Amino acid sequence: MKQTNKISNQQLGVVIVGHVDHGKSTLIGRLLYDTNSLPEGKLEEIEAVCKRRGSEMEWSFVLDAFQAERDQAVTIDTTQIYFSTAARNYVIIDAPGHREFLKNMISGAAQADAAILVVDATEGVREQTKRHAYMLHLLGIRQVSVVINKMDKVKYDPEIFEKVSQESVEYLKSLGLQPAHIIPISAREGDMLSERGSHMDWYKGKTLLEAFDAFEVSAPSLARSLRFPVQDVYRYDEKRILVGRIETGILRKGDTLFFSPTNEKAVVTSIESWPEKEDKVQVNAGESVGITLDEKIFVERGHLASHEKNLPMLSNVFRANIFWLAHDPLKVGNTYRVRCGTSEVSVTVQSIDVIVNTDNLEKSDLCADVPRNAVAEVTLRAREMLPIDSYEDNFRMGRIVLYDGYDVVGGGLINMDGYPDQRQSSAPKSKNIYKVSSAVTPDMRAERFGHYGGVFWLTGLSGSGKSTLAVAVEQEIFERGMNVYVLDGDNVRHGLNTDLGFSPEDRAENIRRIGEVAALQANSGIVVLSAFISPYQADRDKARMAAPESFHEIYVKADLETCESRDPKGLYKKARGGEIKEFTGIDSPYEAPVNPDLVVDTQSNDVEICVKQIVNYIEANVKADAKHHKEKLEGCVIAIK
Amino acid sequence: MNMYLDELEARSIYIIREAYARINPMAMLWSIGKDSTAMLWLVKKAFFGRVPFPLVLLDTGQEMDEVYAFRDKITKDWDLPVINHMCPPEEEMDQTLPPATRSAMRKTEGLKTLLKEHKYKGVICGIRRDEQGLRAKERVFSPRSLDGSWDFKDQPAEFWDQYKTEVPDNCHVRIHPILHWTEIDVWRYMQRENIPLCDLYFAKDGMRYRSLGEKNITAPIESNASNIDEIIEELRTTNTSERAGRAMDKETEDSFEKLRTQGYM
Repeated sequence: MKQTNKISNQQLGVVIVGHVDHGKSTLIGRLLYDTNSLPEGKLEEIEAVCKRRGSEMEWSFVLDAFQAERDQAVTIDTTQIYFSTAARNYVIIDAPGHREFLKNMISGAAQADAAILVVDATEGVREQTKRHAYMLHLLGIRQVSVVINKMDKVKYDPEIFEKVSQESVEYLKSLGLQPAHIIPISAREGDMLSERGSHMDWYKGKTLLEAFDAFEVSAPSLARSLRFPVQDVYRYDEKRILVGRIETGILRKGDTLFFSPTNEKAVVTSIESWPEKEDKVQVNAGESVGITLDEKIFVERGHLASHEKNLPMLSNVFRANIFWLAHDPLKVGNTYRVRCGTSEVSVTVQSIDVIVNTDNLEKSDLCADVPRNAVAEVTLRAREMLPIDSYEDNFRMGRIVLYDGYDVVGGGLINMDGYPDQRQSSAPKSKNIYKVSSAVTPDMRAERFGHYGGVFWLTGLSGSGKSTLAVAVEQEIFERGMNVYVLDGDNVRHGLNTDLGFSPEDRAENIRRIGEVAALQANSGIVVLSAFISPYQADRDKARMAAPESFHEIYVKADLETCESRDPKGLYKKARGGEIKEFTGIDSPYEAPVNPDLVVDTQSNDVEICVKQIVNYIEANVKADAKHHKEKLEGCVIAIK
Repeated sequence: MNMYLDELEARSIYIIREAYARINPMAMLWSIGKDSTAMLWLVKKAFFGRVPFPLVLLDTGQEMDEVYAFRDKITKDWDLPVINHMCPPEEEMDQTLPPATRSAMRKTEGLKTLLKEHKYKGVICGIRRDEQGLRAKERVFSPRSLDGSWDFKDQPAEFWDQYKTEVPDNCHVRIHPILHWTEIDVWRYMQRENIPLCDLYFAKDGMRYRSLGEKNITAPIESNASNIDEIIEELRTTNTSERAGRAMDKETEDSFEKLRTQGYM
């Protein structure tokens, strides 16, 4: 055999994964030897080293080039080796099997188009076999073939092959992975790698090299919606050039681009290149490009350009299925940096929803902290609105990397199920709206009514006592001589919001309108009580934005069990029975306030105490005492920053 | 258009722009060889003909005459911001090292004095994974301590084109934009883009250099390849490693590993 460094236009990355000592590095070393891809002298060099050490031929030495690895005989870090078949070029990515080197396994596997899962015929599926398979799934690698290695050690027994392959396939299937091929091999002896060998005539399937050639190169994602994350803005001569890589879709000269999260629009006037070529009119997914725009809108690194008809979602809260790599566990309330495309934001862990046991795929929702090398579903909250795609919608953009200080500590895929789509809603649809400046100031109103207006926003699960409290508080406040009004489902759903249902989008719009109405009423000097579940923090934050100076978030606290046992309207029963879909707390999330202005615990206190608590709070905040009001005002501004 | 080379190019440009956006001050090592010259071309593409950071030659005074001549010509033709940084003399190196390794150490020490002088937080470096087993294990963004040492046992996780771009005060990051290229890729790219090159790479009297290093520790190979087509054809059928002519790699089993963990490129 002669080496052919094929001049091919196709290169495929294949990662080799599996449990420690199942023979990954040996397989690669042997494959390189079989395809005559070892440099001259390498074989002799390794033979000499093995002889010196008094061991038999160690194929894994080809890859384990590190001294430390030779001494410990384990692969510490991922490495890459090039070889070719008649069909195309390959980059083989060797990934370490040891649990403690998971970050290195991920660093290798994330670059692959396809994977080979190595399983030892004498040991079968082990802990790291499962963990690695799960990681492949989480990294988005869907092309997998399985090799059952060390067949020489089980006398090439087809029954053992059958048993181990069945065990492997079952686990992969439970992850939604379907192996393309399952191949019995002996890496040490060279059976069924490039040659079939003479020991396994009972096997009629592909050899390992044939299985390699059967993998497909992942095509650039031209068919998807355009996503162009701005990497940088260069000012050269008179030009302002936006640079970055087209992650998905196609960008053409003349396109109107929509930038998130600024909601600005501009038209592409040129596609820049050097050395200057003929006028470029189109660039595709995968290309690193530079463009200029017709308008001097504000654009910076981290902004995301797309076409208006296919925008990303805009949200400050999202769920992610993550793997955690840091020594310190991930905890609720901790703050990390998240990078997604070219944007980077601070996020706080709002909740750890599920921890997945990769050994048996059992999910535990009694979640403590997420330890090193674990997989979990978490809810993250950012301080600002972010353009977001779920991984299902866009596999390039729908993934995040988590940083703590200087270090990469985790990564994962974005899952937006159950969250409202808030794109564009923060920008007024009509541009011809001007605020009317009034000659009557809040202070003048306060002087007349004896108090300022304000929005007192009760949020909590269905059955937590929001309406009961709102009605009782309204009565008490009214009796103390103040102007007060309750907004609740009855007086809003039947009129103002009669067109809205209960989908996440409609719920968001429902709350947005209520927030605006409450703000108008508060500006007119009224104390407004609102009593809506309002499950999403993002929506409540928006309601706060409508009246930033006089908004108070009051968390009516009672756990799901308590609320379900009260079930005043019989709604939980219907939701459990499947009659009502997307019911908060059952099959739709409730996000408890992160930093509420007041918490009222209806689980441990009776109604009178809770009413008094709220009434006292309202009085303290709306009394016609300008100084006091201002203090609250400043607190509010800080809170929303 | 060649899609495969386009993909390599796009990825390298992305990495270079990422480094520029995140790391400041930064410099690029330009050894005048084919890899770093191809990389220089990628930099010009990334910044539309400009080179927005200094190019550094770690000079031992031992480069071949043709290399110096090529440096001077391109620097002038392209109006490049070049820093010629002199490495400490060989007498200052650890005298217990084998001679070729000791000579290579001068570049390592030169890099250290460069970092100290200019306080660079990032250094772009044109190494490739297929050159050598140790370089195969590198990250695209590889953090180093101040003395340049490489902790290969605890490298950062690196995936989905998100890199470790920030390091503590006394550290720097090595950026490797062409880590994913192979030797043949570089030659094909050179050919397609018509990038100027030092002519030591082309055969004269049956000999040519496959990899350029200092006079005293680099040997030419037997070859009749006098243009890029012939070089590519030669590489297709060779089983000799690219760095076969570089003496310092193999004086002992782990001599290159020792060089690299101490900060060599």
